[in-house]
Amino acid sequence: MASNGSNVGCGVAGKAHVRIEDAFARLKEGGGKALVTFVTAGDPDMETSREIILTLERAGADMVELGVPFSDPMADGPTIQAASERALKSGTTLKKVLRLVGDVRRDSRIPIILFGYYNPIFRYGLERFARDAKLAGVDGLLVVDLPPEEAGELKGCADDAGLDLIYLVTPTSDENRMRLITSRASGFIYYISVPGVTGARSKLAGSIPASIEKVRRYTDLPICVGFGISTPLQASTVAKWADGVVVGSAIIKVIEANLGSNGLVKKVGNFVGSLRRGMDG
Amino acid sequence: MGERDKGTGFSRLPDRNGHFGIYGGRYISETLMPAVLELERAYKRFKNERSFKEELKWYLREYVGRPTPLYFAGRLSDKIGGARIYLKREDLCHTGAHKINNTIGQALLAVRMGKKRVIAETGAGQHGVATATVAAHFGLECEIYMGTEDMERQKPNIFRMKLLGARVNPVSSGSCTLKDAMNEALRDWVTNVFGTFYIIGTVAGPHPYPMMVRDFQSVIGREVRRQIREMVGRLPDYLVACVGGGSNAVGLFHPFLRDGKVKMVGVEAAGLGLRSGRHAASICGGSVGVLHGSKTYLLQDRYGQVKDTHSISAGLDYPGVGPEHCYLHDSGRVEYRAVTDKEAIDAFSKLSLYEGIIPAMESSHAVAYAMKLAGSLSKDKVVIINLSGRGDKDMNTAAKVMGVKI
Repeated sequence: MASNGSNVGCGVAGKAHVRIEDAFARLKEGGGKALVTFVTAGDPDMETSREIILTLERAGADMVELGVPFSDPMADGPTIQAASERALKSGTTLKKVLRLVGDVRRDSRIPIILFGYYNPIFRYGLERFARDAKLAGVDGLLVVDLPPEEAGELKGCADDAGLDLIYLVTPTSDENRMRLITSRASGFIYYISVPGVTGARSKLAGSIPASIEKVRRYTDLPICVGFGISTPLQASTVAKWADGVVVGSAIIKVIEANLGSNGLVKKVGNFVGSLRRGMDG
Repeated sequence: MGERDKGTGFSRLPDRNGHFGIYGGRYISETLMPAVLELERAYKRFKNERSFKEELKWYLREYVGRPTPLYFAGRLSDKIGGARIYLKREDLCHTGAHKINNTIGQALLAVRMGKKRVIAETGAGQHGVATATVAAHFGLECEIYMGTEDMERQKPNIFRMKLLGARVNPVSSGSCTLKDAMNEALRDWVTNVFGTFYIIGTVAGPHPYPMMVRDFQSVIGREVRRQIREMVGRLPDYLVACVGGGSNAVGLFHPFLRDGKVKMVGVEAAGLGLRSGRHAASICGGSVGVLHGSKTYLLQDRYGQVKDTHSISAGLDYPGVGPEHCYLHDSGRVEYRAVTDKEAIDAFSKLSLYEGIIPAMESSHAVAYAMKLAGSLSKDKVVIINLSGRGDKDMNTAAKVMGVKI
């Protein structure tokens, strides 16, 4: 049992994980910023999820964060809570999420990061999960309730399998936390713009640029900012400071508003397109 | 292993990262990490400070009403005709349950840390009332999260909390019970982390809560040790306590862990029966998982989704259990059993009839198991039950089950 967060190898031969790195390198060359889009896998069902992910890419998303639904999403606000409930109701399991990623991989090379809570992964078995995720075409993991102190075992398995383990930095992170987190992180740093749960907010926190500069003192990894970014204007503002912008609940709201409608996927595409144009314009 | 040595290691846990063997830890979002680290530092600093210890002692005596009696339940013992049964009367604490031992301690910490606002989750409402009580006394803003299912079961406690100046927030997500209230309290904490102190009511949650709440509740076991020695001249043969999250049980057990001859039983809620799938017995019927900040025995499906639980007692209706209990179970130091709703109600009635003491539905689970146990033991044996709370709050539930309209 690794209790101090040290890396414990799982003996899976790793392959280079480059899709995330490539994406940021390409964007840097062209002077663009990453649009990272979040949707919950299986919301409202697996087939629609697959179409949504492919549409996200066509609409200009650079990466997809794919939410793995959990019965007790403690870090999520009402919008993503409801998405998790819909996904669980449609029978989504971690195994099916990996199958979904495999399906998407036949048509797309967009980097995919699984975003979720630790218990479903723990139940699946860390080593088996890391191996299966890599085989399915997952690029990175972000486990909300797994701070570096508890992440040693999963980090070892992820490293061996060639998956990035992405960590959060938050407005509460002091220098000690930033040093610890950045020393363990790979892929990119996810900076949470406000203390709180996921969800749209009417105003951006004024502290974002200063916080990003602070994080940059500790790492050369790209920094993406998320939580509370919901409009093209907010996305374009944050894109000036950060290497990438994460939009989640605002996309889920479009899904929620169009449940049962034939236009669901198209509406999601339109919205993500408007975010892209906001960031590029 | 010598009798006295058996379990010496237990009293040294958790380790520095809050682990009890493989259990416990800090499985929380990064936003909360600085807050739990700050709390841990503050707790370590103040718990040994003379003024803190003196003030806590004063409050436990003058405000809570400690020490609570250790009462020889002679009539109940006679009726059963086995071991002598003693009741640790935590039901006589101010607010009617052991919960206030912990909320007083955490409130004293909150004040020293300069926090002006406290939040808490509650199931049966006892922890909510105990939190609202100390918040009123210390002039702190107080918000309580409670599942709507539990609000229905525990109406009188909601009014008590409001009377004490707390805001009670109904939680209607998931199963609308204790675990969902805890989810919502964690969401509040992560949002208002800078000025808010989260008073967790049981030995669960991220480190340092399981350790800190245990320490505050251990006053129960320390008193029992002294009292039973005075009364019978020796330590007891059995300690019995109900286990939801497990704070009253750990509070009773912990000061005895090194006494190898003292056997201990934690009693979980078997609801409609362990095989029915409708229960809340995490140790007896669960598997290892991670919820609300610690690795623990958890009621979950094979995909790691947390299951809905059932118990007649709202305070035991929780899918996880304190990490220290998981460790004590695996090590064999404490035995864990489960008692059904029906058995608990039977014990609830019997203790009321034989001793004139109406126990909380939670505590009735311990009473039910202890009655079975005492019947199988000889008259020279001593069994101590932690009567963790009084039953006034359960009148509606009990009447409904008994088919009485009140």
